[in-house]
Amino acid sequence: MRASHLGLMIVFALFVSVVFGTLMRDEPKEQLRFGAQLFAAFVGGGIALGWVLYFFPL
Amino acid sequence: MRATTADREQSATYTYLICLAAWAIPGAGHLLLGRLQKGLTFLIALLLMFLFGLWLEGRLFPVAVTQPLVALAALADMGIGVAFFIARAAGAGAGRVTALTYEYGNAFLIVAGLMNLLVVLDAYDTAQGRK
Repeated sequence: MRASHLGLMIVFALFVSVVFGTLMRDEPKEQLRFGAQLFAAFVGGGIALGWVLYFFPL
Repeated sequence: MRATTADREQSATYTYLICLAAWAIPGAGHLLLGRLQKGLTFLIALLLMFLFGLWLEGRLFPVAVTQPLVALAALADMGIGVAFFIARAAGAGAGRVTALTYEYGNAFLIVAGLMNLLVVLDAYDTAQGRK
């Protein structure tokens, strides 16, 4: 199986965003909006953190 | 009219049964409370996440009292409810440490269990009429 770190991070972010979006809001429209914001924050934050770490070699 | 002691006891029992159902089957608490959309979303998303964790060769940790961190991970895994015990009985979740996706699998399994515990708390609040 070929699995990339980015791909798995996106799948993980998707599951967590769906559950938290549904948990934290009552109206489907608000759930979708909040879930999408969370998903963007997770993925964007992950990529930004990845680039920050790029400048700190092991 | 004030609720009698018997009414309150019946209500408390009902709330605990909702919580038990919510823990055993993700989303069942919300389904029993008539929140179909939320219940179905939790059922599908949490079980899929759990299965994805197993597919990624994550481990369902045993309750090992001598290893507190392993025991905590086991409690988090058990948060998903009956699915944990079915998977263990079926021999799934042995975990392959050398697999590239082992740690990812663990993260999926543990977070699915922990999120289901949050769903149980939400079902409790809903059953209490707070939401």
